[in-house]
Amino acid sequence: MSADTHGHAGQHHGHGHDHGHDAPHSTRGGYITGFLLSVVLTAIPFGIVMGGWIADTRIAVGICAALAMVQIVVHMIYFLHMNSKSEQGWSLMALIFTIIIVVIALTGSLWVMYNMNLNMMPGMDSGAGM
Amino acid sequence: MSATTVTTGETPVFYQLEEEHHEPGGSTMLGFWMYLMSDCLIFAMLFAAWGVYGTSFAGGPTSHELFELPLVAVNTAMLLFSSITYGFAMIAMQEQRQGAVQGWLALTALFGAAFLGIELYEFSNLIHEGAGPWRSAFLSSFFTLVGTHGLHVTFGLIWLFTLMVQVARKGLIPANVRRLQCLSLFWHFLDVIWIGVFTFVYLFGAMR
Repeated sequence: MSADTHGHAGQHHGHGHDHGHDAPHSTRGGYITGFLLSVVLTAIPFGIVMGGWIADTRIAVGICAALAMVQIVVHMIYFLHMNSKSEQGWSLMALIFTIIIVVIALTGSLWVMYNMNLNMMPGMDSGAGM
Repeated sequence: MSATTVTTGETPVFYQLEEEHHEPGGSTMLGFWMYLMSDCLIFAMLFAAWGVYGTSFAGGPTSHELFELPLVAVNTAMLLFSSITYGFAMIAMQEQRQGAVQGWLALTALFGAAFLGIELYEFSNLIHEGAGPWRSAFLSSFFTLVGTHGLHVTFGLIWLFTLMVQVARKGLIPANVRRLQCLSLFWHFLDVIWIGVFTFVYLFGAMR
């Protein structure tokens, strides 16, 4: 990799410097696509909640959660350059493993604590002594 | 090199005596990715705590009353802008344009600082209203989750300034390129976490 010897003259033939490198080669178009998708995917949930576009809260929650998931995938692909080939697939393996742990931790916590709250309702204490 | 061991008539055992040639820093990106994944687990636990305590208002102010969504929208925009400016810094880096890299990094720092400023303003407002982290389990989990994210952004900014000095002094040498790539992962990762924060904390909280 050569140092910055080109100065200002090298703006257009900047390519071909370090293509041997296996680092992700990002493109301007990729970043702009990711950015525009993210703007849309952020604007819609804010519009739903702030503008009250959808009266039914359950449907609104579902749509917002789904859009968040889509946006996370968009970021992963366009900004973090995730694909099955990076680092011989080990990045993806680590990601899948992490997702599994995250899902277990989140659903487990919410499930257990929800049931605990149900079974520890105020008022059940009074019946405990009988 | 191992010819003498084969002549004994036993089944030959092959050892790889010479280590494969590793580029210096060749496994840095994978290692940094592993760190990010473990950081992701920290945030998963904080999100789980928020999921459990998010409605435990303890008779105090509720999330619906406290959250100011326009402010959150501006904050989200700041972080998203800083993501794309960092992306442009990476492209300038690939094209070996050092001045452009520094310019985009400075812009990224500006957006990151704006994000932090707005978040601190929000926190101080909440505390002045008596809705500090001590008020209820809801506010404890809120401050812990959002505060941890803010701390990450703070350290990202410190790292970014450090790299700007490094690039100014030594130029876009391979070591600096590697560091910029690591910070790129870190910065975009924080934006991914923020998607979860603005959706599951602010938007869902405002709907309660």
